Amino acid sequence: MEASAKEQPKARPQLIVSVGPHMRSEESTAKIMWTVSGALLPATLMSVYYFGLRAVWVIAVSIIAAVLSEAAGQKMLKKPVTTITDGSAFLTGLLIALNVPSSVPLYIPAVGSFVAIVITKQLFGGLGFNIFNPALIGRAFILISFPKLMTTYYEPVANVLGMDAKTTATPLGILKEEGMARLLEVFHTHGELYQSLLMGNRAGSLGETATIALLLGAAFLLLKRYITWHIPLSFIATTALLTWIFGGKEGLMTGDPVFHMISGGLILGAFFMATDYVTGPSVRSAQVIFGIACGALTALIRLKGGYPEGVMFAILLMNCFAPLLDRRMRSRVFGKAEAKGVKK
Amino acid sequence: MEATTVKTHATFSGGVHPAGNKELTAHKPTVAAAVPKRVVIPLSQHIGAPSKPLVVIGQEIKKGERIGESGGFVSAPVHASVSGKVAAIGNFPHVLGMDVTSIVIESDGMDEWVSGLRETPDYGVLSPDELKKMVQEAGIVGMGGATFPTHVKLSPPKEKPVDVVILNGAECEPYLTSDHRLMLEKPKEIIEGLKILMKILNVKKGYVGIEANKPDAVESMKKAVAGSPEIQVWPVMVKYPQGAEKMLIKAIAGRTVPAGGLPMDIGVVVQNVGTAAAIYDAVRYGRPLIERYVTVTGRGVKDPKNFLARIGTPFSQLIEEAGGLTESAAKVISGGPMMGISQYTLDVPVIKGTSGILVLPESEVSTRPYGPCIRCARCIDACPMKLQPSLLGIFIEKGHYEDAREYNLMDCFECGSCTFVCPANRPMVQWVKKAKKELAKKKN
Repeated sequence: MEASAKEQPKARPQLIVSVGPHMRSEESTAKIMWTVSGALLPATLMSVYYFGLRAVWVIAVSIIAAVLSEAAGQKMLKKPVTTITDGSAFLTGLLIALNVPSSVPLYIPAVGSFVAIVITKQLFGGLGFNIFNPALIGRAFILISFPKLMTTYYEPVANVLGMDAKTTATPLGILKEEGMARLLEVFHTHGELYQSLLMGNRAGSLGETATIALLLGAAFLLLKRYITWHIPLSFIATTALLTWIFGGKEGLMTGDPVFHMISGGLILGAFFMATDYVTGPSVRSAQVIFGIACGALTALIRLKGGYPEGVMFAILLMNCFAPLLDRRMRSRVFGKAEAKGVKK
Repeated sequence: MEATTVKTHATFSGGVHPAGNKELTAHKPTVAAAVPKRVVIPLSQHIGAPSKPLVVIGQEIKKGERIGESGGFVSAPVHASVSGKVAAIGNFPHVLGMDVTSIVIESDGMDEWVSGLRETPDYGVLSPDELKKMVQEAGIVGMGGATFPTHVKLSPPKEKPVDVVILNGAECEPYLTSDHRLMLEKPKEIIEGLKILMKILNVKKGYVGIEANKPDAVESMKKAVAGSPEIQVWPVMVKYPQGAEKMLIKAIAGRTVPAGGLPMDIGVVVQNVGTAAAIYDAVRYGRPLIERYVTVTGRGVKDPKNFLARIGTPFSQLIEEAGGLTESAAKVISGGPMMGISQYTLDVPVIKGTSGILVLPESEVSTRPYGPCIRCARCIDACPMKLQPSLLGIFIEKGHYEDAREYNLMDCFECGSCTFVCPANRPMVQWVKKAKKELAKKKN
């Protein structure tokens, strides 16, 4: 009956031929980018809750500028404009917005987004080839260019329409300039201080204040395995340890590690920026070293440096070392150790 | 004790979890495929030297007659799978993608066995060397897909004593159920085959490794080993590539095959369950390897089935017997979806290593273009060999083959786990194959 396919009168099927595997997981770059953006939603909402319409404007401008820069950058470099819908530019824009104070003039986040996307990412080869975290370079650029505007923080008002806000210093700024005693004057007790830091009822960049909201998003990413514990845990633990040992005025071991863990941009940085796939190491053991080094640099800058906060520069400095760490700490190949004992 | 062994889901580190899709055929008893009118029997169905033709065009031959003799030690003879007349000897399409010298036999419909097959009911009295000779004569090769000539694996050098034989019934490739059905339908034959293997190698310890998603196969095999305390049935974790030789050994014997080495370096020989059943057939009934279990499956065929098919049966025939292609059939794969090879024609024949024919509909074929590596490390976590597929991909994409070798390219056995998990859809396996070819070219 069947003999061979050659003798069959039926039209031969058009077959697709490719190298295996012929099954793929559901994961895609775009899905990852949009999921991470989604994990930042609680923190984004909290920023609107505390800083009002102003926050909405900053976020919108920042994201639009990032996506437009992505398209313009690819056009300029005569590349197909393919990645504006994959969420990577959106995420960069969102991260920049969450990293600036609500008081900034709107051109500042736009400049940040442009520097992040065009200079830090596109000119280095586009998605996957940038050495430094684009959002952090964008932020470093505007911080250094507009130091006054970038460090003018409004007090959170928990009032969407609150327009005539008062400016104030961040808790880390107060600690740096005036010490822990002054902090306690402002926040009354340690308990109230921690509560404000967790709930976000304090001055700071848009997305960094509501620690609880950030942790919620981070937990989601950890559960979905979009990030692993290696970088955030080693980063935060190292910062806590070193600020505890060296952070106090009354000698060693008198610092306040809890304060340091939940203030400033540590939570945002450790879970959402240091874990950036492209600019961090990908070997797990190298990630732990990366996290420890980020933590140590953060503590160093916070305690001894000129800036009250060090997360951004710590991550950027370690970005340079990510490829070296990966190379040095390559995973041990299955059976390599055993291969030495075998005579051929 | 029963319960604890079933719960021992030993495994290796790394790996991925593709959807099994085995429910399409797992419950369907194997049926004998029709005897083909015409078989195409490649002279190269194994790793090693092709065999040499022993027949001429027009010659009348019987089923089981030897039509190709070994081309060397690492080679295997081939046998006629139908009785009839040699219609052609020449180059015909092969599942590996190239044309291979093959012998075409037109069946005479009689399906007569060659005379003089030696039955040995009391094969227990045979010496290891006699048994090994029978395995070699029967043309048996690894039937899990690697098709390494079995007698070579059974001839370890003196300085590498073997003390464990593992039968591979993991069947970790999604969709495939031929080994599963074999373990349900011929458990005694498999265990007898294992005992023969153990005798040839003078080994006292045998295992049958089965992925825990086949509890009925575990039960069936356990029943078959009752009264043979030297053999243990060992459920292993459901994870791809659990059935890869090195991963199975790690899970069951806890030993690590050295990089670049062979299982016999650490005293282990692994054989597929199908190979063990074929060995039993060869020793007990003197029958050469001329048929095998083949799963024809996927949502691109109308009625997925398990077949007992003759070597040389064209894919087109088995697909017809499985109800034919659906309207949307888009890809035909020899083997499973992870390591199988997609075919450009249905004229290719079933060979000794063909465990399945998988037909995927258009909706399940990814034609998404690949993007840049975002270094997410999913491939690094998935790689059972602990390589850095992301870096290998970046190197090879840019033509840096030597750098790829530096990063242990040669240790990759192309299981495809990295490519399966890659969110950027990067074709790592394709690149690795390419780099290995380029490096081999340079060497010559």
